Amino acid sequence: MNFPILSSLILLPTIGAIFILFAKSSNDKYQSSKYVALFISLANFLLSLYLWYIFDKTSVDFQFLENREWLAGFVNYKVGVDGISILFIILTTFITPICIISVNETIKHKLKEFLIAILIMETFMLGVFCSLDLVVFYLFFEAGLIPMFLIIGIWGGQRRVYSAFKFFLYTLLGSVLMLIAIISIYWIAGTTDVERLFEIGIDAKYQNLLWLAFFSSFAVKTPMWPVHTWLPDAHVEAPTAGSVLLAAILLKMAGYGFIRFSLGLFPIASEYFVPLIYTLSLIAIVYTSLVALMQEDMKKLIAYSSVAHMGFVTLGIFTMTEQGIEGSIFQMISHGLVSAALFLCVGVVYERHHTRLISKYGGLVSIMPRYAIVFMVFTLAAIGLPGTSGFVGEFLVLMGTFKKNFLVATIASLGVILGAAYMLWLYKRIIFGEIVNEDLKSMLDLKRFEILILFSLVIPIIFFGFYPEPLMNSIEASVENVLDMYNLNITNNLAYKN
Amino acid sequence: MENLNLILPEIFISIAIMFLLMIGVFKKNSSSLVYNLSTISLIVLLSLIYNLSSISDTSIFNGSYKIDKLATLMKLLVVGSGIFVMLTTSKYLQINKLNKIEYPVLILSSILGMIVMISSNDLIVFYMGLELQSLALYVLASFNRDNLLSTESGLKYFTLSALSSGLLLYGCSLVYGFAETTNFNEILNNSKESQYGLTFAIVFILAGLAFKISAVPFHMWAPDVYQGSPTSVTIIFAILPKIAALTVFIRFLYIPFANMSEQWQIIIVFLSIASMLFGAVAAIGQKNLKRLVAYSSIGHMGYALAGLSTETNQGIQSSIIYISIYLVMNLAFFSCLFMLRRNEKYYEKIDDLSGLSKNHPLLAFSLLIILFSLAGIPPLAGFFAKFYIFMAVIEESMYFLAIIGLLSTVVAAFYYIRIIKIIYFDPEKEKYETNHHLGLKVTLAVSTIFILIYFIYPNGLTEIVSKINII
Repeated sequence: MNFPILSSLILLPTIGAIFILFAKSSNDKYQSSKYVALFISLANFLLSLYLWYIFDKTSVDFQFLENREWLAGFVNYKVGVDGISILFIILTTFITPICIISVNETIKHKLKEFLIAILIMETFMLGVFCSLDLVVFYLFFEAGLIPMFLIIGIWGGQRRVYSAFKFFLYTLLGSVLMLIAIISIYWIAGTTDVERLFEIGIDAKYQNLLWLAFFSSFAVKTPMWPVHTWLPDAHVEAPTAGSVLLAAILLKMAGYGFIRFSLGLFPIASEYFVPLIYTLSLIAIVYTSLVALMQEDMKKLIAYSSVAHMGFVTLGIFTMTEQGIEGSIFQMISHGLVSAALFLCVGVVYERHHTRLISKYGGLVSIMPRYAIVFMVFTLAAIGLPGTSGFVGEFLVLMGTFKKNFLVATIASLGVILGAAYMLWLYKRIIFGEIVNEDLKSMLDLKRFEILILFSLVIPIIFFGFYPEPLMNSIEASVENVLDMYNLNITNNLAYKN
Repeated sequence: MENLNLILPEIFISIAIMFLLMIGVFKKNSSSLVYNLSTISLIVLLSLIYNLSSISDTSIFNGSYKIDKLATLMKLLVVGSGIFVMLTTSKYLQINKLNKIEYPVLILSSILGMIVMISSNDLIVFYMGLELQSLALYVLASFNRDNLLSTESGLKYFTLSALSSGLLLYGCSLVYGFAETTNFNEILNNSKESQYGLTFAIVFILAGLAFKISAVPFHMWAPDVYQGSPTSVTIIFAILPKIAALTVFIRFLYIPFANMSEQWQIIIVFLSIASMLFGAVAAIGQKNLKRLVAYSSIGHMGYALAGLSTETNQGIQSSIIYISIYLVMNLAFFSCLFMLRRNEKYYEKIDDLSGLSKNHPLLAFSLLIILFSLAGIPPLAGFFAKFYIFMAVIEESMYFLAIIGLLSTVVAAFYYIRIIKIIYFDPEKEKYETNHHLGLKVTLAVSTIFILIYFIYPNGLTEIVSKINII
């Protein structure tokens, strides 16, 4: 019996949370709770790095499998990772400690509960990426609603109640249809074990409806136009750490779900619905970029830019080319880092000036030079400048798209230009120009812990921009496997029809 | 004599009722003694019933009384939740001066009625049990005599319940007229597809039963009665009669009317859909917690009925699992209600929960778990209850029912998380008292922990339930 490394990865944050719940903390600001949370999340990060180290990158199979009986007779608790999911696991364990450090100043009350919520959230997010059974996946996917709802609702801004409700109900409505689909799959195929389902496949006549049910859930979570409206609200009202988790990891669950389940389980339906995805993605890219241009609130602008970036992700996945899918995964990882960094940057000035309105800022370059530098790096990464991780993803996605459809790729490229427009304009208005407000002069530059977290994000962004090889190595075999399976299914289906 | 051994629990509880009544009458100031003795006799009753659980299915008294796995499990659920109800309500009764000797005796009589109902395999025995249960509950509903709402609710319950009993009796007499017997199994043998009179009988009987579990459109009494009755009685209304009536539903549908599923299936599906939708929508505007529970229980009964409509063993089992988890969630929720006490007064408005998380973090956290579980969010127990129901429903390809059911879960989630919003996001109010008695604390702790960690070992319940094979 091997050591259940994945289960310990999933459970460790919860154990930490229980510990924090029962441990007494010295009453001044719960310092010790924070150190416990930080320690646990860093330990989890190291554990996941170790997992990556011992992970066999050449194999296409799921590794570190665990399979335990759970719901007697039909569902097993099954977890395992392949080259795709391991990257998301590392992203999750990397972002969580950053969130925990960032709460230093932003969370004024109930810090202990906040840390517990973040750690529980980490458990659920890791569970989503590890699970190899549809019911277990659904369980983790849905369970994440509870801590996120509380994070937005308790520690959020002015309109937190509205945003929390909108977030909760939108996502719940999307996912219940997925539950119906999962149960139907059980009765059609006799199992919800993902590996088994890959082998036996699902009858082509059911695929379209099942695909749509899964799509309804993932589209809300991605979010795709026109069900993206919960995202700006949730982002604006959530506390900084909440926004970071939401943008960096929660949105990636859906992209991961598209690759793993939509392509893997319903290849024929995926082929059939490609035009739909292209259309929605293009609208997301162009329309939300235009909307982002008009925003007056910094967080809202970044939220809309997230929708546009996720448009690239869905576009890339459904090109069904190796470049497209690899680009999408890379884009998701990169966006996870960059959007987290941008939200942290907004958090930094919000803490000092207590407003997110762009018009209230200006000329920060002379007051906060260090801030101006890191913000520049992240802005350029968001635009996708060569040499940052944002470039690699977008470039590969566009390459894959050009291979399939010239027109779509051309329109998508427009989105890149618009992206540069709104990000640079944002940067110009905040960092350059006159100092619009006397109060701004008293603002302090980055503090030590802020430098720490922002630089720990700068490093991977630049590193993977110049040297994407480690990530590419890890996903290559698995992506090829996904595509091989997909193509095999499509050819078989054509042969069957003829 | 063999037969008498099998109904030992019923004999014991009947004797206990008479004995306790005697004590109450002849001994002065004996109300708390009677109360405690009733609790003890319920515990004895529980063990007596458990004793019979190993016996294979038998029918006694010419087939009119049935001891099988279904009956034993449901009796255990009724008596078990009865014990917890007694544990939680003792302080409430003292404070509201309801601790009269009749109170526990009436509860015991209604439980006796339920047990008879659950085991009945004959129209007459069934009706006797039903009326014994109902009569005791009428009195309990209006037990707070000086309170206008309470007397009103008792009267309302009595009038409407009598009407529904009348419908039920009319249905029973039609059955007797066409099948020439009152025994369930013989009805099955004597009935033929072509007897349209029996279709009428099914409609009348199902209408009467639907009234007892407050399924739409026979739900009108529920909100008023739930709100008007003393909370210690509302908790009984919300749990015990539902278990008994659901068992009777299972018996009626799958023994005497098993051949006529074409006729009743559409009725059950309609009741189920209407209850799920109405329960979800009507609860949104409520301000009183007890009224809200009434609507939410209407919705929950819709889900339980959805399981029954499938005509499969799995469907029946999923309904039983649903009702078991439902009763734990309701026990937990009412325990929280009993904790909202300040200066000898109990609070029951939703606004009274405002900002609870600041002064009472533990109570607020329990409510959070309970409400998310009621909304059916994984990984809490309420999710599994719904999951099994939808497993069974989708197995029979009843997608319409499944989709309506899940969409109404989303609507229902709205009003549950609205309460969570009030508890966690709203400004705080005055503190409530914290000196609760042990029984209440234990009930809340046990039920909340059950809800929270159910997902670790969900097989325990399914194993027990999977032994119940009706079809």
